Amino acid sequence: MSKKISIVLTGVGGQGVITAANILGKAAVRAQVGVFVSEIHGMAQRGGAVVCTVRMGDVSSPLLPSGTADVLLSTEPVEALRNIGYVHKKTKIITDINPVIPFTVAVGGEQYPQTEALFKELSAHAQVFKVDALKIAKEAGAVITKNTVMLGALAAAGVLPFSPDVLLDTILEGLPDKYKDVNRKAFQAGMKALRNK
Amino acid sequence: MSELTLDEPGKTILLLGNEAITRGALEAGIDVATTYPGTPSSEIADTFSAIARDATRQKKDPGFYFQYSTNEKVALEVAAAASFCGLRSLTCMKHVGLNVAADTFMTYMYVGCRGGHLIVSADDPSCHSSQNEQDNRYFALFASAPMLEPTTPQEAKEMTRLGFELSEQLHLPVLLRTTTRLNHARGPITLHEMTQPRREGHFDKDPSLVTVPAVARANHPVLLKRLAEAEKIAETSPFNEVITVGSPKDVGVVTSGVSYTYVKEMAEELHLNVRILKLGMTHPIPRKMCTEFMASCTTLIIVEELEPFLENQFKALAFDTGAKVKILGKSSGHFSRLYEYTPDSVAEAFSKIFKVKNPFTSPVTSSLKLPRRPPSLCPGCPHRATYYAVKKAADKDTIYPTDIGCYTLGKEPPLQTADILLCMGSNAGMACGFSVATDQKIISFMGDSTFFHSGIPPIINAVHHNHDVVITVLDNRTTAMTGHQPHPGTEIDGMGKPAKLIKVEDVVKGCGVQHVEIVDPNKIKETTEAFKRALEFKGTSVVVSKSPCILLEVQRKRKARETIQLYHIDQEKCKRCKTCIGRFGCPALYFAEDGSVHIDPAQCNGCGNCVQVCPFGAISAVEESP
Ligand SMILES: Cc1ncc(C[n+]2csc(CCOP(=O)(O)OP(=O)(O)O)c2C)c(N)n1
Ligand code: SF4
Ligand code: SF4
Repeated sequence: MSKKISIVLTGVGGQGVITAANILGKAAVRAQVGVFVSEIHGMAQRGGAVVCTVRMGDVSSPLLPSGTADVLLSTEPVEALRNIGYVHKKTKIITDINPVIPFTVAVGGEQYPQTEALFKELSAHAQVFKVDALKIAKEAGAVITKNTVMLGALAAAGVLPFSPDVLLDTILEGLPDKYKDVNRKAFQAGMKALRNK
Repeated sequence: MSELTLDEPGKTILLLGNEAITRGALEAGIDVATTYPGTPSSEIADTFSAIARDATRQKKDPGFYFQYSTNEKVALEVAAAASFCGLRSLTCMKHVGLNVAADTFMTYMYVGCRGGHLIVSADDPSCHSSQNEQDNRYFALFASAPMLEPTTPQEAKEMTRLGFELSEQLHLPVLLRTTTRLNHARGPITLHEMTQPRREGHFDKDPSLVTVPAVARANHPVLLKRLAEAEKIAETSPFNEVITVGSPKDVGVVTSGVSYTYVKEMAEELHLNVRILKLGMTHPIPRKMCTEFMASCTTLIIVEELEPFLENQFKALAFDTGAKVKILGKSSGHFSRLYEYTPDSVAEAFSKIFKVKNPFTSPVTSSLKLPRRPPSLCPGCPHRATYYAVKKAADKDTIYPTDIGCYTLGKEPPLQTADILLCMGSNAGMACGFSVATDQKIISFMGDSTFFHSGIPPIINAVHHNHDVVITVLDNRTTAMTGHQPHPGTEIDGMGKPAKLIKVEDVVKGCGVQHVEIVDPNKIKETTEAFKRALEFKGTSVVVSKSPCILLEVQRKRKARETIQLYHIDQEKCKRCKTCIGRFGCPALYFAEDGSVHIDPAQCNGCGNCVQVCPFGAISAVEESP
């Protein structure tokens, strides 16, 4: 049986998590690797928590068992922790460090954890790679390339069953020409950010 | 979008389960597609709509007719009529939509169809975006409809494509029963060639179509004969197959839908030796095939989400055939009647049954308490402004019957303007009943799409019986919750063509409502006054609160290159009274660590309503929007 690769993508509705999962799926098809993606729509647009799963290789199910993710990629740190049940010791958690505070904190008096405690908790369960996607995207030339930065980081993590170029080409394929350069830059900066850890 | 209409047989592309269904219908030469939107089914119809709108824009013919109908019942009837004229048609809806269409559905089977008709039900185990998790497989049993259940997007496409043939062969509409995990899963799809649609139908008169009692009595045995025919087809259907894991002896698993994918993977992971009977055609079940499968087993495990639909049928079959087999499933306590299954839940049950270790137990948990992140009304949502005004106008004891749409999110603090919810259209009917049962004031809420769907009959009921209620129509000019589909109150239809716009207030006046208020909720004071007047009116009053969904407004402004006005808080004037956050609750407002209040410019949609809410005039427009 060939290897199964499971990636969990999490974040906040509106951050483009579903789009990122779709891109990973398309890249797998391009590389002729078996793939299933699962996503939950509906409430995603209204700022709720979002989880997508991407499974590649010889898989039948779009969902993965607990504790078997190879990568947990999160565009928001608390959402990474919310899905900690998917990780094991060797899982790579790649997360953006920029918090999005849910309204339950302002309106409902709930607490957003202190940054330090949050990352300490994440690190207790798996290997954590922090990415300041906002800063890197700004440096690359456009804030909207944040998810390209994150996908670049994922490509450098050494778990995808295809080369980073396949992923980059899939990202670029869907974009108008004028956005290609800045996304290429963002992707490469994301790769570098992970390699430098 | 172009990918979905590619005529490149053999090519593999990645599609969402719902898109795969649309593609399957296109490959089968679909003529007429209809729907009323509802998650998790919406993208099937939205994909038809996108293809049709593209064609309309290019002044081309998409090859099919598509319609967002006023509700599921109408959608089913429109498509059924096309089928009676020999055309291929498809109707898709979420599971509860079939409740609305049930009256049509039940008797439709008595007359049967002519052109192939596929009815797609998208069930939602775990209620990801629904008010219940009813198992619509029982509708197939109830109505005697043939049913197909796909496990993967590829199979969904194939079942759709071949489902039309099955429907024509049997002269029966076919139910394609899906669940959220299939609708919203993406997988590789191998394209098949496209079939030319028939386009022109003709209605041949036939007295057996008029279901007066004598005809209905004569039609029922015909239906049962067709169902027996369907069972014969099921015996050799490629969608019913046996898959082997390991070197099985006498344990079998029966499963269908997405559950199969968990069964297959977990059987492999736990190194089990089992034969899996995967049923793709689940009504009528192929009794001969099932009996033979059962005869080869001493233990049979039935793995199906929600109700014991197959389990009870297998038990009946075991009884009839005298099979000596132990049947494990829901009644043995190994599987639940609740919620979606997962690889974890299937592994857990298998580990108990086969007495092997479950390698997937005890997932790690966070020791930190995390803030919840439920969905909420968007910053600048007009519903929030309406609710804020209502709360100002009404006393504490006022009852708020609500309905289904974005506005249901008014349930959350600080607004809390949702006290009871059953199903679409129920707000106004319940309002009538409350007015009979109690002296409390009543203000009910429904969206504009809900109004057209099922909100009008209860308003007529209120007027006719002079119920003392305030019924609110939150007219945001779209069906927002399910993805901003058009409805009878918009001027463009699902094919991107001009359509007659029907005004809510015209309908309401036509229904005889004596007191009608039309307000712009973004004028909070005026809206509050309007609700006060409506509450004072003795009898039925309707408030139409009209303002477009802010997401559509922002989109329109961006297209027109208009700037979106941002707002900020003058820290000198702000007294930290918390009115804007604590009572109004726009999610773009937040407390900084020092307790000061700010507006997040990345989230603010520029409605300006917080300006009216602040008692100290601390909120104002940013002079030069960046
Ligand atoms: C019978 C039925 N059909 C469809 C749905 C799915 N659904 C949920 S909300 C909604 C419509 C919302 O539109 P509207 O009433 O205009 O409110 P808005 O979301 O725009 O505020 C629909 C179609 C449902 N819950 N029940
Ligand atoms: S999508 Fe529109 S109607 Fe729905 S919450 Fe957002 S602004 Fe309100
Ligand atoms: S103007 Fe005020 S109420 Fe409107 S979206 Fe911005 S912060 Fe929210």
